[in-house]
Amino acid sequence: MTRGEYVLRRAAFALATIGIALAVNFFIFRAAPGNPTSLLALKPSSSPAYRQSLLHEYGLDRSLLRQFGDYVSQLAHGQLGVSTNNHVLVIQNLKTQLVNTLPMVALGTIVAIVLGTIVGLLLAWARGTAFESGGVTASLIAYSLPTQWIGIVLIILFAGTLPAGGMHDQLLLDASFADRAADLLRHMLLPSLTLGLTVFAQYALIVRSAMLDVLGEDYMLLARAKGNRPRRLLVRHGLRTALPPIVSLTALQIGAIAGGAVLVELVFSWPGVGRGIAQAVGQRDYPMLQGAFLLLTVSVVLCNFVADLLAVRIDPRVAQ
Amino acid sequence: MTETAIAPPAPPADAVPDPGRSWGRRVVRLATQRRAAVVGLVLLTTIVAIALAAPLLAPLGGEHQVGPPFGAPSAAHPLGLSDQGVDMVAAMIWATRVSLLVGFSAALISVLVGGVVGIAAGYFGGWVDLVLTLVTDYFIVIPALPLLIVISAVWGASLLHVVLIIGLLIWTTTARVVRAQVTTLRERTFVRRARALGAGRMHVIVRHVLPHVAPLLVANAVLAVASAIFAETALSFLGLGDPTQASLGRLIEQAYDRAAVSAGAWWAILTPGAAVALIVLSASLIGLALEESLNPRQSHVPFLFRLVPPRRTPAARTRRGRP
Repeated sequence: MTRGEYVLRRAAFALATIGIALAVNFFIFRAAPGNPTSLLALKPSSSPAYRQSLLHEYGLDRSLLRQFGDYVSQLAHGQLGVSTNNHVLVIQNLKTQLVNTLPMVALGTIVAIVLGTIVGLLLAWARGTAFESGGVTASLIAYSLPTQWIGIVLIILFAGTLPAGGMHDQLLLDASFADRAADLLRHMLLPSLTLGLTVFAQYALIVRSAMLDVLGEDYMLLARAKGNRPRRLLVRHGLRTALPPIVSLTALQIGAIAGGAVLVELVFSWPGVGRGIAQAVGQRDYPMLQGAFLLLTVSVVLCNFVADLLAVRIDPRVAQ
Repeated sequence: MTETAIAPPAPPADAVPDPGRSWGRRVVRLATQRRAAVVGLVLLTTIVAIALAAPLLAPLGGEHQVGPPFGAPSAAHPLGLSDQGVDMVAAMIWATRVSLLVGFSAALISVLVGGVVGIAAGYFGGWVDLVLTLVTDYFIVIPALPLLIVISAVWGASLLHVVLIIGLLIWTTTARVVRAQVTTLRERTFVRRARALGAGRMHVIVRHVLPHVAPLLVANAVLAVASAIFAETALSFLGLGDPTQASLGRLIEQAYDRAAVSAGAWWAILTPGAAVALIVLSASLIGLALEESLNPRQSHVPFLFRLVPPRRTPAARTRRGRP
């Protein structure tokens, strides 16, 4: 398989996945008991004829397949429906939420990945020492702790010193841009740290195991015999060869990060997509839930596709 | 710093020509070889024993009020009281039962599905393999927790639903590892010989393939217990657990909902979380060590990392004299 073929294949898979996700996204909600007019039946003033006309108005009296067609064509026009909770376009809600989520998740994830890589390298290098067994045990424990629980513990630990919820200080009026940015950062610290801790633990272990495979290779011995310093040895010779598995394993973690974000945002009342999902669940706001789930799925699939591209770019042998 | 003993090299799958009935013993031997696995095994056995003995240890049940809400730890109640004034020790013992039940049943479902998919894809190959691999890849790519949330939001919360949903979403790693194993098994001499002697597909799969894959299935089942309990804790926190069955996740959620944090009742919220972590940790230790021994150079180990270093090449051994 040439590289072009490989990329095409992965692109086709990504498209197929999004297509299936669309269908699942649509039919799961149609499998839910009741319809949007079910609650109206409780109102004495609503006649069956009125409910029927409502169903007709929303196209809900058509066949499921027709409805699916409608859904897809609306989607193609960028229409995700209206939230039954705050009566704002779902897409509008998602936009605001996404803008809130991205910096928090990005901060936690990027810091965690950088630190995780360094610690993973050190753990692999220190194989057989107390530092290694301690580090691995600590990472495993951090990995086993429920995300929401880590968040709660951090809230208790930093009570009074760092804000435990929300994005902004409500009392901060008329502040300069720098002040507002600092305020946002302060609010971001704990949620990012929570998400970062779980990602960091997994990442350090991933990098360590990928590096262990590489460290045993003969060319590493040669690189060492040539007099390379440990840092150059680890980064130039070790990490570079260990990168492809690390990239593909990271891609698989993206879904887990999305899941972690839901819990973190809920604990820290962070008004992002994850909390949007949790609230939509509580209020049975199906259009919102549908839209948010679609957004998450599409972004995870796209991230995976990008990781595939990266992997084949780093190591063309991946295509074979 | 003395070199810790290099773990005795796991017998490669090829060393045992046909494990037949002995695979159970092989699992036990592998699990007792690694220190990590022994620690995990002891922990998990203790936890399961405590959960099973719940009626003896906490005869009042997990919902019997014995004092004020969020009562502080005392001699009679070493871990304090919950939001409903229930002794935390009793509440946790009973909740562990629910969590373990969810964990083990979901793991069973996931291993059944993963095993069948993996064996079918690996053994039959061709378009069966293609379709099954696509389905597996789809479930690997899809963000599991959001999907879990959506399905349980739509289906409604009950223990059965939670178990089914979790079990049907976490089988992918099992399917992948089993498929990889079966594709190589299929071409091994003893399988080819059985086929040449006229054995049917089912006979080959049940008598020759399954015993080889069984230890791998056990390892994956233990890992699945960990992921299932983890997922159940997350679902419960979102209020999607079974409201009539208090699991450890639900204890965390209830304490959090009733403002245990602001009330300063750390005991009501930290202890159930620590219990979840203990179960997940011990199951991960066992599963990872088993998995590791069975598949020393498998590139996609579940949970994405290895516990035990791969066997050393002579070149690596000289690497010792590091600065």
